[in-house]
Amino acid sequence: MSTATASPNHLPRRTATPGRSVIFRIKRSEGPNKPSHWEDFKIEVPKNANVISCLQQIAANPMTTDGKSVTPVVWDAGCLEEVCGACTMVINGKVRQSCSCLIDEYAPNEGDVITLEPMTKFPVVRDLWVDRSRLFHNLSRVKAWVPIDGTYHLGSGPKETPASQATHYVLSTCMSCGCCLEACPQFNLEEDKTKWDNSFVGAHAISQARLFNEHPIGKELKGERLDALMGEGGINDCGNAQNCVKVCPKNIPLTESIATIGRQTTIHAIAQFFRG
Amino acid sequence: MSEHRVIVVGGGLAGLSAAARIAEAGTPVDLFSVVPVKRSHSVCAQGGINACNEVARQQGYSEYEHFDETIYGGDFLADQHPVLEMANWAPRIIDLLDRMGVPFNRTGEGNRDLRLFGGSLFKRTHFSGATTGQQLIYALDEQVRRYESEGKVTKYEFWEFLWPILHDGRCVGIVAQDMRTMQIRSFRCDAVIMATGGCGLVFGKSTNSVICTGAAAARCFRAGVWYGNPEMIQVHPTAIPGADKLRLMSESARGEGGRVWVPRKPKDVRAPKEIPEAERWYFLEEKYPAYGNIVPRDIATREIFDVCVNQGMGVYGENQVYLDLTHKDPDYLTRKLGGILEIYEKFVGEDPRFTPMKIFPAVHYSMGGLWTTYTKGSYNPQTPLAKHKSGSPAPIDAKVGQGMQLGAINNSMTNVPGLYAFGEVNFAYHGANRLGANALLSCIFDGLFCGVSVLNFIKNEAPGKNPASGLASGAFDAGVAQETAKMKNLLDGAKPGNTDAATNPYHIGKELGDEMTAACTVVRTEARLKQCLVKLAELKDRYSKLKLSDSSSWTNQSFGYARSVGDMLALAEAVALGALQRKESRGAHYRSDYTQRNDANFMKTTLARHIEGSTTVEFVPIDESLILATARTYGKKDTSPKHKTEPALAAAGS
Repeated sequence: MSTATASPNHLPRRTATPGRSVIFRIKRSEGPNKPSHWEDFKIEVPKNANVISCLQQIAANPMTTDGKSVTPVVWDAGCLEEVCGACTMVINGKVRQSCSCLIDEYAPNEGDVITLEPMTKFPVVRDLWVDRSRLFHNLSRVKAWVPIDGTYHLGSGPKETPASQATHYVLSTCMSCGCCLEACPQFNLEEDKTKWDNSFVGAHAISQARLFNEHPIGKELKGERLDALMGEGGINDCGNAQNCVKVCPKNIPLTESIATIGRQTTIHAIAQFFRG
Repeated sequence: MSEHRVIVVGGGLAGLSAAARIAEAGTPVDLFSVVPVKRSHSVCAQGGINACNEVARQQGYSEYEHFDETIYGGDFLADQHPVLEMANWAPRIIDLLDRMGVPFNRTGEGNRDLRLFGGSLFKRTHFSGATTGQQLIYALDEQVRRYESEGKVTKYEFWEFLWPILHDGRCVGIVAQDMRTMQIRSFRCDAVIMATGGCGLVFGKSTNSVICTGAAAARCFRAGVWYGNPEMIQVHPTAIPGADKLRLMSESARGEGGRVWVPRKPKDVRAPKEIPEAERWYFLEEKYPAYGNIVPRDIATREIFDVCVNQGMGVYGENQVYLDLTHKDPDYLTRKLGGILEIYEKFVGEDPRFTPMKIFPAVHYSMGGLWTTYTKGSYNPQTPLAKHKSGSPAPIDAKVGQGMQLGAINNSMTNVPGLYAFGEVNFAYHGANRLGANALLSCIFDGLFCGVSVLNFIKNEAPGKNPASGLASGAFDAGVAQETAKMKNLLDGAKPGNTDAATNPYHIGKELGDEMTAACTVVRTEARLKQCLVKLAELKDRYSKLKLSDSSSWTNQSFGYARSVGDMLALAEAVALGALQRKESRGAHYRSDYTQRNDANFMKTTLARHIEGSTTVEFVPIDESLILATARTYGKKDTSPKHKTEPALAAAGS
């Protein structure tokens, strides 16, 4: 067999045992602020299985390994191809999308255990489903949009070089999944909505601020964005742990965005000082 | 300030563009979605969005040719005037998205780059990497968030639409449920826009997101809204088989040069790279010399299906063919197709830049949907014109209002006044087959163009004198009572341990999907469709005895799913009935017992109605006044395949 042309990025898959059974250890709770407990489910793994297809199997026949009938597990999902961000959870201790978590990779052998937990930085709704409204709220804090004159036909937008497009496209693939927030030591669970505006805004929002600050019309709001990011819960709350960039499923250069915004706020502050 | 309100159900491209257009005009919008709008199924659209552009125009292309391609691609089933207006508007929509900051791919000089797509000989598809839908919905999401922060849009995310409220012959609100708290309540408004997308889950596994049950459309249907062309279901030729879903491999892979082939030797065990050129069968290129790999989807799907299922020529003897990009420069591929190649690599574990992909068709899109009407525009030739010759001068320019009259109150309105349907959930633009990269266009076009119609309706019609806010509460209370009773009925007897396949919603849902995929996709026959209707009756009966294994009154997800299964059954029946009664082959609808198109009897809309629990289907005339119907061949060469095995296999399975 020729492998001479194999890509450098080619991921050799582990050889998984066909027809094996795997244990799903799932952290469950019946609702917000209800106590949590673990339940184990044994699943016979079909071909091409991922966490979602196994959760679907559990939903159809929710019985734990000790033979107890329970309610189906609740979880959030959407596109199942890692572009919507919905199915994010903590798998074997690491935050990621469950749709792209292949069982052959994670549990190649008979009896292997996969643990599923809800994200910890957002309030649990039930079982693996969390409420990430704060994440979207923080996009409003940094006015993550281009302030256009409305949806009527007013000609085309500005030209852009391919290099600039390539940079902005990557920033624009952020699917608001929240991995960067789960991994961030500075971003903590906050159930009180009135405190959201003074709590750390998060790497995703800082990176979106950068995206729109660099847009020829989006930059009209640059000052307002930087004002927001210089306040409480803004960029100064970043502790530079750099966990965000390591867990981003879209490889968005989040630390680069944070550094860029850091420079922009410094210049903004100096300009404000001289303006008085 | 307006005393009126508009409800938009669904926060994908159609819903968001409608919300933006209406909020911007000063009318408050309540936006309902079962997911945070940014996670709507529009994110899955990959390849691009079509529009006439300056480069193509200077080679002879025109908005009119885009219109002609869309009608021809749809096999002459769409009403023609709305399609003309959509094609004429397309360049304006691209401009708008550009202004919103969509990172469209660029040429060296900084202009918007273009790619080739199915059904056209011109490059007229604009794209943003291979995640164009995601980038478009993000731009609209950002604009709607802006209106939300200004108090003009109120979002109800994780709220599910349950029923339209009708009063005095018009739609005056909805019943909806918060799927976390399970609270059911009514909402008043002066117009409702359904923008809830397609119904892939009726077929079990498809390329659709898990939210695409079609339940919202089915609920409208059951409430008396007509449904058009239910049988027109697009099966996309290239998807990646998976245990939970069939992931789309965009048509752009072929638009950028991807070649579809199988080894000439059946069940060849060699790796693809070891098979020399002469021993590969590029069957699409052979049969369709002009369009090659970019023939429209229904045609590519049937050819792939035929090669694998009928001729047993699939790769390694399985139902799969190669989609090969390995002859292209890897860096070029990363730039143009990075997003989709990444999906393949992530889920299959092979890098498509170096190893041909293995793909097979999957249910993808519903051309059919809620029936909508419109007011014809100013272009009305005395007799329909012959099919447009590609690259020749257009008979008309692209002025606004020639296809549909701008602002006419009935544009994209259903048979219920005040109830509109925008985007994939309506049946208006794609006839019997949708061309690639026309879906994003039709969604945004509806939102922008027909959004104006909604505004005029609430100002000038019944709501103008009699806003919903002032109506007596009777109809609203009745709607809530109906849905509360439905929930109580489903939850009755729910307890852990109800896993009997006969009455378990997940098993019924799976059997429904398997049956619909077997009977109502690529090849259909009278006998199989009749058998399907019998199976649907059995599933309906079992559904009436459903037992849930969760009785919780908090975030009861299996209840939500179970309720949708009942709605999916209603839609499935309409699909099967339409397919049974349309005794011809047209676009995506292929009947092996009626292989020819029959314009005299069936160049008509299939109109499905649900009256007192039963579905009826009739065929009503379409507007065919602009282009004469011609045979839809895409220049197919009449070459019989070189490696035909036992042809008798064919009919047996279908």
